[in-house]
Amino acid sequence: MIAQTDIGRQSGSGPASPGAGLRLSGLARAIAGRRILDGIDVTFEAGALSVILGPSGCGKSTLLRLIAGLDAPDGGTIHLGARDLAPLPPAARDIAMVFQSYALFPHLTMAENILFGLSLRRVARVDQARRLARVVEMLGLGGLEARKPAQLSGGQQQRVALARALISERPICLMDEPLSNLDAKLRAEMRSEIRALQQRLGLTMIYVTHDQVEAMTMADKIVLMNEGRIEQEGAPEAIYAAPASRFAARFIGMPPMNLIPGAALGLTGHDAGRLIGLRAEDGRIDPQGLAAPIVAHEFHGADLFVTIRLAETPVMLRLPARTGLPADGILRLGWDAGALHRFDPVTGRRLTEP
Amino acid sequence: MRRQTLTAWALLLPAACLLVVFTHGPVLRTVLATFYTTPHGRLPAKFAGFDNYAHLIADPIFWQALRNNLLYAGLTIPASMGLALVMALLVNGRMRGRGFLRMAFFTPTVLPLIAVANIWIFFYQPGFGLIDQIRGLFGLGATNLLGQGDSALYAVAAVAVWKEAGFFMIFYLAALQAIPQSLIEAARLEGANALQIFRRVIWPLLTPTTLFVAVNAVVNAFRLVDHIYQMTGGGPNNATALLFYYLYQVGFQFWDTAYAATLTTVLVVVLGLVSVGQFLFLDRKVHYQ
Ligand SMILES: Nc1ncnc2c1ncn2[C@@H]1O[C@H](COP(=O)(O)OP(=O)(O)O)[C@@H](O)[C@H]1O
Ligand SMILES: [Mg+2]
Repeated sequence: MIAQTDIGRQSGSGPASPGAGLRLSGLARAIAGRRILDGIDVTFEAGALSVILGPSGCGKSTLLRLIAGLDAPDGGTIHLGARDLAPLPPAARDIAMVFQSYALFPHLTMAENILFGLSLRRVARVDQARRLARVVEMLGLGGLEARKPAQLSGGQQQRVALARALISERPICLMDEPLSNLDAKLRAEMRSEIRALQQRLGLTMIYVTHDQVEAMTMADKIVLMNEGRIEQEGAPEAIYAAPASRFAARFIGMPPMNLIPGAALGLTGHDAGRLIGLRAEDGRIDPQGLAAPIVAHEFHGADLFVTIRLAETPVMLRLPARTGLPADGILRLGWDAGALHRFDPVTGRRLTEP
Repeated sequence: MRRQTLTAWALLLPAACLLVVFTHGPVLRTVLATFYTTPHGRLPAKFAGFDNYAHLIADPIFWQALRNNLLYAGLTIPASMGLALVMALLVNGRMRGRGFLRMAFFTPTVLPLIAVANIWIFFYQPGFGLIDQIRGLFGLGATNLLGQGDSALYAVAAVAVWKEAGFFMIFYLAALQAIPQSLIEAARLEGANALQIFRRVIWPLLTPTTLFVAVNAVVNAFRLVDHIYQMTGGGPNNATALLFYYLYQVGFQFWDTAYAATLTTVLVVVLGLVSVGQFLFLDRKVHYQ
């Protein structure tokens, strides 16, 4: 879908100096006495795609609005490189944003929507036309210039919103759940398209989503949020391999990690009282393993999702479908010792000692 | 198929009867009456052709009422709509005392126009009315705004603006609240200041409301005359005679029903043409969601 035009770095005012990362420290926001954000410390590296991931209502949009300057924090600072953004109005922050609802102006045509900011800033007409042509081609929107948003499909509206953010050639782009209104197929398509654009233009992108698949597939770095705090941050692989908490363990990965009382796995010593995490793909059938009744199974083509019961805990396993199921309905579960994750049953934090 | 049509007619019949008896019938009779003389006592109405219309064209009071009405409309329509928009923008923002202001702006709307007229008669009272008392504080003399030909029309126009602006404000306020906040934020992010946000985003999205309010304002400028009855009786010297008030005088004070019917017909035709023209002219500039 992406036309291979060159936009960006060589285009004069193109996306800015790499190196200007965005640093938040101690950022807090309370609305009506309720803490929505509480001590957010994080750095978004320049030129990287960072995904803020978390369940609905955890404060992702609020955080994005603070960064954009649409809302003011009750505490903490936001720095772009060495520059404090606090005194700057939204338009002066060098930040573009794509809204969840797209926020296209319904009375303006597609072209007028995209050019809204440039015409406000009195950019010369020829430059406007040149930049418009470029983003229109880049996003495959050619021929739709005269249409109003209501005459565009959801996917096209999404692209127009994206085009409006890109044409400003600001180095930082915020996106608030940009794909949540699209159907599954379009979502997958746009995912890779946005990722490709971000890499090609060298944008610093901060992408908000509640969909862990989106986060895993797109992110250079995931910032996992829960109830107004950062739960864990890191590369998708790192978080998947070593979730820092029960919450991270359950939120990232599909199906979620099994959390089983150590005693139910027959573990002894310290581990008996701990919560043990076992990924679905880390369990296997082992003739010497722990016997557990099969409760349910789902056929997924290559994989078979099998639910067994260990003590009272349901445990989901992902087995190669070709192996088949034991005829007697009892599965003997085995695992590698290194595959186990240990969590404190009270605090839910990851425990590193064996 | 035929049975269905019959059923449909049967179901429509009660409403149709009411409409014919109370709306279409009277309209037809009014138009017919314009071609006859007014019956007097034992003298029945006689066919008069276009005599009533000729009389109308030769009637200086009709022309004065028309001129008055055009000036009155030209004053009250923009003033009440502009004020309504300003008030709506004011009470739409986040501010303290917003609820109280909304109520205060809307109050004149729920008062009957007759009551409003009485309040304003007190304001305008020469010597000891509110306006003259305030003028007195600055050492200015007494006025008689309602009693003088050159100010009376403006004085009654002010009453209408006061009464109507709050009503129109409600429509503007509802329309403003239907504008998604994210549009305003998107504009801010692009660097638009408050004036640019209004001109480029809010005003265009308000156009359907503006058209609706404008049509209502035009109709009201020709239709609402209760305060004229109460405050000036069309005087002094017909300075505040509006078409509808003159029509009331002709019909129910002079009992010249045929001529009143003629005035009615002309007024309705003029109003209809204006409204249609408004829609045709403005429709192209209106953005509907
Ligand atoms: N203007 C507001 N007034 C009151 N509560 C708000 C407001 N904005 C957000 N919240 C609350 O703050 C929390 C976080 O909201 P939000 O940042 O929109 O979450 P997310 O985008 O992660 O779904 C929610 O519980 C929400 O109800
Ligand atoms: Mg949100």
